[in-house]
Amino acid sequence: MAAASLSRVSEPNRDNRDGPLAEADSLRGLAVKNIDKRFGTVQAVKNVSLDVHAGEFFTLLGPSGCGKTTLLRMVAGLELPDNGQVLLGDEDITSLPASKRLVNTVFQSYALFPHLSIFENVAFGLRSRKISQNEVKSRVNRRLEMLGLEEMADRYPHQLSGGQQQRVALARALVNEPKVLLLDEPMSALDARLRSQVQVELRRLQRKLGQTFILVTHDQAEALVVSDRIAVMNEGEIIQHGSPKEVYEQPKNRFVAEFLGAANLIEGQYVNGRLETGIGSFDLQQPPPWDHGTVAIRPERIQVANQPPQQNGVKATLREAIYRGTNVDLWLEPGPLRVRTAAYHNYEPGEEIWLELPQEGLVILDE
Amino acid sequence: MLVWYGELTTQRNLARRGLGYLGPGILWLLVFLVLPGLVLILVSFITRGGYGQLVWDFTFENYKRFLGFSVFGWTADYFIIMWRSVWVACMSTLICVILSYPLAFFICSRPEKKRYLWLTLIIVPFWTNMVIRTYAWLLILAPDMPLAQLASFLKLIPPDTPLYPSAFAVYMGMVSIFLPFVTLPLYSSVERLDWSLVEAAQDLYASRVRVFTQAILPQTLPGLTVGIILVFVPTMGMFVVPNLLGGSKYMLVGNLIQQQFGPSRDWPFGAAISMALMVLTMISLQLYRRRSKEVEII
Repeated sequence: MAAASLSRVSEPNRDNRDGPLAEADSLRGLAVKNIDKRFGTVQAVKNVSLDVHAGEFFTLLGPSGCGKTTLLRMVAGLELPDNGQVLLGDEDITSLPASKRLVNTVFQSYALFPHLSIFENVAFGLRSRKISQNEVKSRVNRRLEMLGLEEMADRYPHQLSGGQQQRVALARALVNEPKVLLLDEPMSALDARLRSQVQVELRRLQRKLGQTFILVTHDQAEALVVSDRIAVMNEGEIIQHGSPKEVYEQPKNRFVAEFLGAANLIEGQYVNGRLETGIGSFDLQQPPPWDHGTVAIRPERIQVANQPPQQNGVKATLREAIYRGTNVDLWLEPGPLRVRTAAYHNYEPGEEIWLELPQEGLVILDE
Repeated sequence: MLVWYGELTTQRNLARRGLGYLGPGILWLLVFLVLPGLVLILVSFITRGGYGQLVWDFTFENYKRFLGFSVFGWTADYFIIMWRSVWVACMSTLICVILSYPLAFFICSRPEKKRYLWLTLIIVPFWTNMVIRTYAWLLILAPDMPLAQLASFLKLIPPDTPLYPSAFAVYMGMVSIFLPFVTLPLYSSVERLDWSLVEAAQDLYASRVRVFTQAILPQTLPGLTVGIILVFVPTMGMFVVPNLLGGSKYMLVGNLIQQQFGPSRDWPFGAAISMALMVLTMISLQLYRRRSKEVEII
């Protein structure tokens, strides 16, 4: 069995090349089924199932300690699940050791080998698989070039900047042409400016290669920028998954609404086709599944008006205006309501203004 | 004038104070290391008198004799002893290293509180004098003890004989005395091991051997080097263990030197062998240094 999987390792593309079965395999990508993982008394991952399509940029988003890294490590083979399965294409890889999986990881600390040159770091996986010297050379050089590291080949990790080290870690994983690339908070060590630049680069790289990427992050802005799909995790469970637009605009519950960006959460009773709340009564796009519950509205969806709006109006007093350059954040009573609006108007605390909470901006949460 | 840790002072003042701190240490080394060393070099070039007294005649005779030339022609005796000493030191060090790796990882895998218990257990033998511990081996290896009984049962030795003097007994003695000198520094390296490198190696398809040589060995090399030096150097010159457990058939250079300064009363020859031992130890360490640099680069 070891020999069989090793031969697969040395020809990573063979499965995708021919036959209808191989085609289905390439579409299936990676699946996680009913995974449980417990550390002592802590249930790190609770019955999680996921389907990651081939060629997709998938993100596990959640606060620290939500189990997202544990889930990633089980996909990488660095942790064994208590229950459930990990499927790569058609193959059950649940108990396959990391060294036999066609999956590579970019570690949070990068984990570059300090005693090896950049070239040798990138060549590491190929050398493990005893690939010929010529092929190693050409494949490593191609990756180094792709990531703009060709000048660094003879240097050592400690001589590189954080951003360069991160690219080496990426090259080291990608050179093996893994079926799935796992990225464990790869940008957490970069400064904010570089991070937003790397996010865009990473997204472009993934689109260009068409490879399956799974990213773990706690940074919601990062998740929105890079992902095709996002799974939001909390306390070991997946709360919601969908495209960035879906999870941002249609959050399922309070947690998702608040974790992804800012949200105004308004509690109320649904009476006679209207939502009666402490700050006013509102029309909703559809009746909610509850009598008493919460709706959410993003600060940028609330409109500021000079006169009473025709629908869903609230008269509010400005408490604080925070100038942010691209916009102004207003904090208003009653509420407190948070409104994000264009910066061309000068707002004075104490000012009374009308707000409109449009129907299509009011998201009905689960409870 | 300059500021040194928030204090206004002068270069000269600092130099004077530095000398004050370093002085005692330097004096100690001068009196107890450099001076005796020089005397040893001097003595190795003079002649032994008929009654063992030192006769101040300059000669290379002691070194020639050590290289095997005597009035009776050339013998390989001293070479054999020298080679055996290097071999025993290398093997003892190797056995200590092989035993220490699992031990260090085992202790590191214990919960923090229990680790100190294990470390204490490893240090406990130091509370007893080395000579006493070596005598204890005589008892353990005695004919009526289980080890010798087992060996005679397996027909490895004739019945009712002890397991000493033998090479086996020498290794037992050496390893039991020097094991902590490798385990402790190695433990401190293993404790600080960056496991993400091990995981990265596994993730990059490395075999177990490759994980060890590429992810663990380079990280533990500092501790390993300290351990190897701490074991290799003293085992090269050790005489208590080979004296008691090796007997006259398994003589090491330590015994040879001790013999010259003791029963034979041939100080010049003893000094010459000591010099040879020192040179040989330095060469060995130099070879190791070069080799370990290669490991780092592989």
